[in-house]
Amino acid sequence: MDFLVANFGAIFFYVVAALTVAGGIGVIAARNPVHSALYLLWTFFMVAVLFVLRHAEFLAAVQVLVYAGGIMVLYLFVIMLVRIKDLRPEDVFLSGIAPLAVLGGVLLGALLAGGILLGSMAMGSGDPAALVTIGDEVVGNTEAVGWVLYIRYLVPFEVVSVVLLVAMIGAIVFGRREAALEGSAGEVGS
Amino acid sequence: MITATHYVALSLILFCLGLVGVMVRRNFITVLMSLELMFNAVNLNLIAFSFRLGDLEGQVLAIFVITIAAAEAAIGLGLIIALVRLKDTVALDEADVMRS
Repeated sequence: MDFLVANFGAIFFYVVAALTVAGGIGVIAARNPVHSALYLLWTFFMVAVLFVLRHAEFLAAVQVLVYAGGIMVLYLFVIMLVRIKDLRPEDVFLSGIAPLAVLGGVLLGALLAGGILLGSMAMGSGDPAALVTIGDEVVGNTEAVGWVLYIRYLVPFEVVSVVLLVAMIGAIVFGRREAALEGSAGEVGS
Repeated sequence: MITATHYVALSLILFCLGLVGVMVRRNFITVLMSLELMFNAVNLNLIAFSFRLGDLEGQVLAIFVITIAAAEAAIGLGLIIALVRLKDTVALDEADVMRS
């Protein structure tokens, strides 16, 4: 019991990490895309928990709102809108290259793990309290993030909003029906 | 004691899972979801180092990553709709011609 209390943070991390990885495995292994989407939703929530553990409360909220609330709904809409002539169960994976791909993934993982081991020796460090302070004043994480985002990163912030606008227009163009496309092409041509 | 290395290791596992998913799945929608897994791994990395270095810029960068991921999801799902209209399938290896 003492061990549990003393190491609560570490045990909590390992449990959440294991659940995150389990969700990730579910995403790539589930045969039904709806199941994949639900596993992904689970993974997003677990990652949000990890964000909270690393003092990124605002990002955890954004993760839940934007990913779990927005992007996942988009995915589920498309899965259910698209009249999928369902892939036969044996066609879910690219059977020819699947073993090679898994091997490649594991190999890349091993290489990166080596890099992490070497790199972690030379990591700098700082005070995490900086994540909730502006100057010397202790505020919330949200306020601190807003301060950095809207003062030092104002221009990238505006640029990224233009990227979103372009993506939105692109999605609308892709999503238009064939007839509408042909009609507008005729107008442009004339 | 949980250090940045633990988080980086977890993010490494998530990233490789996403990578394998992108390579082995045939369903376009699932490939996009694996891509989201990789985005999340990257964000986890940024947050871990932001904590380790006591620097908010990692969190701000993660916000930008989430924004780009949203844009990518919108475009990707638009592509899925276009592919289904054209080929009546979501299997990626059916999308092998560049014009209709």
